[in-house]
Amino acid sequence: MIKRAHFKARFLPYLLILPQILVTLTFFYWPAVQGILQSMMISNPFGGRDQWVWFDNFKDLFTDPLYLKSLVITLGFSAATALTALLVGLFIASQANRALKAKAAIRTLLIWPYAVAPAISGILWLFLLHPNYGVVAFFLKRTLGIDWNPILDGFDALVMIVLASAWKQISYNFVFFLAGFQAIPHSLIEAAAMDGAGPTRRFWTIILPLLSPTLFFLMVMNIIYAFFDTFGVIHTITQGGPAGMTTTLVYKVYKDGFVGLNLGSSAAQSVVLMTLIILITVLQFKYVERKVQYAG
Amino acid sequence: MVEKTPILDLLTYIFLVLGICVVGFPIFYALIAATLPIEMVSRVPMPLLFGDQFGANIQAAWHRGNLGTLLFNSFVMAAGITLGKIAVSMLGAFSIVYFDYRLRAVAFASVFCTLMLPVEVRILPTYEVAANLLGPVQVLVDLLHIETLVNWFLQNDIQIRLELSLLDSYPGLILPLVASATCTFLFRQFFLTVPEELCEAAKMDGAGPMLFLRKILFPLSKTNIAALVVIEFVYGWNQYLWPLLITTRREMTTAVIGLQHLIPDVDDIPDWNVALAGALIVMLPPVLVVLFMQRWFVKGLVEREK
Repeated sequence: MIKRAHFKARFLPYLLILPQILVTLTFFYWPAVQGILQSMMISNPFGGRDQWVWFDNFKDLFTDPLYLKSLVITLGFSAATALTALLVGLFIASQANRALKAKAAIRTLLIWPYAVAPAISGILWLFLLHPNYGVVAFFLKRTLGIDWNPILDGFDALVMIVLASAWKQISYNFVFFLAGFQAIPHSLIEAAAMDGAGPTRRFWTIILPLLSPTLFFLMVMNIIYAFFDTFGVIHTITQGGPAGMTTTLVYKVYKDGFVGLNLGSSAAQSVVLMTLIILITVLQFKYVERKVQYAG
Repeated sequence: MVEKTPILDLLTYIFLVLGICVVGFPIFYALIAATLPIEMVSRVPMPLLFGDQFGANIQAAWHRGNLGTLLFNSFVMAAGITLGKIAVSMLGAFSIVYFDYRLRAVAFASVFCTLMLPVEVRILPTYEVAANLLGPVQVLVDLLHIETLVNWFLQNDIQIRLELSLLDSYPGLILPLVASATCTFLFRQFFLTVPEELCEAAKMDGAGPMLFLRKILFPLSKTNIAALVVIEFVYGWNQYLWPLLITTRREMTTAVIGLQHLIPDVDDIPDWNVALAGALIVMLPPVLVVLFMQRWFVKGLVEREK
């Protein structure tokens, strides 16, 4: 789209968009093309030319039990993280929306974890859940008799990174849900109340359906967050271990590419991730279009 | 709400206090730990009372983590990303919305294809570009056999090797993360809502495009820019994967990454008090930015959805 009233100039518009194009070309298109090319090659460990192998890297990838394990772990981890963060965020926002007093204070007290880096969130939760020094681990052992050890036990470690990742995302979801709640016309709720619907019934039959666009948007954002932004949590506190139980796809790209120096496989993994995120984006845009039509 | 529900209201406040406590507990606990001496912090469960070692722990974390330098790096990176993104995307959006030129649609499409593609999915090739920024030019040189051409022309044997590395440098930390279409998209959406009459009036008064941008569009965008400053500053400060790759020297990394060296291993002395004091220092700047600019932050965040 362009404005009806616009300027005419020969070189200025090109000059204005040049920085954006340059940055995009060098740090997006060029690497993307390189990545795709590299994903079809294997590098020669003794130097010399790379060998063109077409889709062998992808074939190897999807027959590699470690990669499939990482895929399953990532899906489980993302689902758990997104679900936890969404449910807690939705619950707290619904309560904050009902509160009549101290709204600003409540919002302030719930909003700040957004600014905490994932890696720092990881450190805080490692301290709480540490097998030797963590207070949560201590109480789990004393009251429930659970031998909690995220440093040695893979499943415990997975739970730990879910908690550390979800905690930070709660405030993000909270902000959106609260804005969503406040955008619901009060007249609808009053009408429902007149018809005899209590607060709980109103929540399920009026508020939640009207909130569904926000819910869908947040679901996408939370899954993207869990996939890509949680690298910091994992790298700081578990390094993908124990026994690879916290190796998500992004962490595996990093490990295979930069630690293992298996460039072909790492590039193929990047391409898989790129495809995945393009699919998610397309899905989201399709939905956004529907939403606009619905609204207007 | 609509009807009087005293019990439900009471429950609401109880749940809210509970929620705030659960969300705040990790920080509260870290804050206490950061004030305790090491013998107290390694006792399980740790006493829930503030100690008097806060200053000493902060100092220890500051020195051991080299936080002075690292915080400065973090600040340069976050500020660079914020300013870079806003400047690049504002000019880009202005060009796309307010000018009519032949390659407009191409420019628009090529920028918006990159929407939502984080650096995490293309780390390795982006790293290679950063390691040698002139790599693309070199490929061109090799492809066109410019080397042979130059050698023939100069009657000499010269090898052309173009190299410009961004590793361990501020531009390397900043530039790849400036490549993002989200801000451009936001500015475009905003510019489209600006009334047509403003531009017509400006043109009638004889203002050129740059004057229009500076005197009318920029002042109108101030709240949007404030919102973006908060979001991008937090984003830049909290980056992890990219600074980890692009920096090899300890004094060039960012504070968030430097923290990792403070966490005690299983066999180390369990000086969690120092590690948590460091974590508190590093998270303070973005938390302050979010809290003090809360209004713009919420507005900006929610508007990203559209």
